[in-house]
Amino acid sequence: MRWVGRSLLSVVPVVVGVVLCVFFLIRIVPGDPAAMILGDQATQASIDALHEQLGLDLPLGTQLWNWLVGVFARGDIGTSLITSQPVAGLVWSRAGITAGLVLLAVGFTVLLAVPLALLAATHAGSWLDQLVRVVPTIGMAMPAFWVGLLLILVFGVNLHWLPVGGVGTGPGEPLRSLVLPAFTVALGMSPPLVRSLREQLLEVLDADFVVTLRAARLPRWRVSSHVLRNAAVPTVSLLGLNVAYLIGGTLVIEKVFAINGMGALLFSSISSRDFPVVQGIALVLALVVVVVSLLTEALVALLDPRIRAA
Amino acid sequence: MTGTATRTVPRPGVRWLRRALRNPTLIAGAVIMLVVLALAVFSPTPYDPFAQDLDHGLDPPSPAHWFGTDQLGRDILSRVVAATGTDLRIAVLAAVVPFVVGVAVGLVSGYAGGWLDWIVGRVVDTFVAFPFYVLVIVVVFAAGTGERGIYVAYALVGWISYARVIRAKTRSLCRQGWVEAAYGGGLSHTRVVGRHLLPNVLPQAVVLLMTEILLIMVAVVTLGYLGLGVQPPTPDWGTMISDGQLFLTTKWWVSTLPGLAVVTTGVGLSLLGDGLADVWRLR
Repeated sequence: MRWVGRSLLSVVPVVVGVVLCVFFLIRIVPGDPAAMILGDQATQASIDALHEQLGLDLPLGTQLWNWLVGVFARGDIGTSLITSQPVAGLVWSRAGITAGLVLLAVGFTVLLAVPLALLAATHAGSWLDQLVRVVPTIGMAMPAFWVGLLLILVFGVNLHWLPVGGVGTGPGEPLRSLVLPAFTVALGMSPPLVRSLREQLLEVLDADFVVTLRAARLPRWRVSSHVLRNAAVPTVSLLGLNVAYLIGGTLVIEKVFAINGMGALLFSSISSRDFPVVQGIALVLALVVVVVSLLTEALVALLDPRIRAA
Repeated sequence: MTGTATRTVPRPGVRWLRRALRNPTLIAGAVIMLVVLALAVFSPTPYDPFAQDLDHGLDPPSPAHWFGTDQLGRDILSRVVAATGTDLRIAVLAAVVPFVVGVAVGLVSGYAGGWLDWIVGRVVDTFVAFPFYVLVIVVVFAAGTGERGIYVAYALVGWISYARVIRAKTRSLCRQGWVEAAYGGGLSHTRVVGRHLLPNVLPQAVVLLMTEILLIMVAVVTLGYLGLGVQPPTPDWGTMISDGQLFLTTKWWVSTLPGLAVVTTGVGLSLLGDGLADVWRLR
């Protein structure tokens, strides 16, 4: 219980920081957002009008106060300039598909990274280990969107196994449409994960309890099951550490596969210069990352009593 | 250092170089990067990368055009080579400010500790919460697309990774007696940090720099793909890949071949980083 309280408390400065950061990010960067939104042909009068609509004509302190009150007291993160809808609603309407994609990607990542890391760690020093170490080096150098295009070429165009754009309707179709994009995200996520997981698994394999189990002549698979249970902790915490990266990557991949999620909303808002929506998406995603990190920490503490005790 | 005694044992620089020359990873990385750098600097393009030839648009790879031509009949190989200059230059320049700021912040907050360290820690936590691409995209959106936006974005967010790593390293060094001994021996804080701690954390920072240049390059290419990075007609791997996506199903070479350039450069950088880490015995 003490642990829960302490973790919640540690999140408070980060949440405040995120809300402030989103506010200042757009304002400290050189350039006038209103002029940016209206483009080259804007008259001074129209710029002034937009300043008033966005509240940018108010003193900075008042703007900050309004923003903080809006976010914390009313959960109001702004209104779209283009559609006049609340940003929160817009984000919510796209959140489902992106969340589905992220979850599927996490599943694929675990299925890819854990066996590879295990293989490398149990055969440390062998050619298999070398291979598992070299492949991620190449993987890290591949832009994820390009890998996505290659997968489209191979599995969509040549083999016709999977749909390659948009999200289909009908039984099972949405899931089938998300397989390739999720796999692309997983391929991008796996290299760093395999590397760190291999290191951590080597430590587990060296642990006294494993030596004892081996000495007791337990069959290999039973030793493995103990190792795997201990490997779950670093896997979960590494996934938690990388959740921000995962979400960012997912948004870009949505564009490759023409998926109408939060990435699509972000990019269309950028081209229509819908500044409150862009700001709102950044805020929501950062808060999601904070919450997910907290949840993974809690999960790790549940799995590993040593952390709770610390 | 006076002569005779040091003759028998090679100087540290010489020993370092010998170790470096025996490291295959480092050599491979250095060779790849030298070739890429030469391409970037001399830009030996077989054709004018801007010359359009609308009669020969989307030609497949052939002896005349090794990588084929794009939708405007421009030679893809020439554009890939020309883009090396653009993308590598941006990646390297964008890495400078974060490197300097990040190392300085990491050193100072790790050495000073206390409230300063607490504040730096919270700022780092805050930035880390943002999905990286979202943060960069928002800054580029606000600062304007193209090169300038990328520099501003990285100056704002790029220092985080150095600050984290260097802070941790500095703290562990500070726990070793010699740092306290140096201060206790009458050296000023500035001298302890600048002359004693800095040289000890610099190898780590340089290794990280290689990874960061790689990540920035991939990000520049990704921004180009999204239409937020380098603007046409300047050759850039990302915009080339994005242009080709329209014809992906029938003209595979337009998108795929520029991607190979990204992968080659990236592998070179990562091998260089891994090799340096080996030679400096950081792992």
